[in-house]
Amino acid sequence: MRVKVLAFASYAEALGCGELEVELPAGATVADCVAEIRRGTGAGVPPAPLVAVNRRYARADRVLVEGDEVAFIPPVAGG
Amino acid sequence: MCPWLTHDPLDVTALLAEVASEGCGATTVFLGTVRRSEDDGDVVGIEYSSYDAMAEAELDGVLAEARARWPGVRLAMRHRLGYVATGEVSVAIAVAAPHRNEAFDACRFVIDQTKERVPVWKKERLAVGTERWVGPHGG
Repeated sequence: MRVKVLAFASYAEALGCGELEVELPAGATVADCVAEIRRGTGAGVPPAPLVAVNRRYARADRVLVEGDEVAFIPPVAGG
Repeated sequence: MCPWLTHDPLDVTALLAEVASEGCGATTVFLGTVRRSEDDGDVVGIEYSSYDAMAEAELDGVLAEARARWPGVRLAMRHRLGYVATGEVSVAIAVAAPHRNEAFDACRFVIDQTKERVPVWKKERLAVGTERWVGPHGG
């Protein structure tokens, strides 16, 4: 299955882009997606970043489905 | 799209008008401004960016939680994106309530939750010309 990965702020700089498509096996979790990105990009993001799936914060064991939007969220700093 | 994020300078008078009500005897305003301090590396401005759709949704959630917790409060807020120079307002929150305690408490709740969970990031621009990302406990 394919999911859309978004990276923001310092993570986007580390990955060299803000958006990419990733191919994952069926049943893959958020943690698997993070591992795949780290394999493919030279560990541009930390091993356990804050992640949102379809615009809501999600745990590392969340199971992904085709077409999910998986966002890597650096430590937030609004205000 | 909700109106909480904007690239335009913030208009506090307009926010006050949004929450004004004859039933409210107390109004609080919180303004966050970009701060310049030589101890902090002499910041001249901050570039704000966000995960727009999620930030709007999280702010919807923060404001809904505040309304549930303090029934009767009226809330308005704006967060700036893009480059904001020192001295300018980056976030503005207005809360009107029947009485002052709810107005103060709800206002504090909204800014605290915003800083904790809304996906917005800042990159400081320093007087020497370099830039750096700000961590969660900065600013």
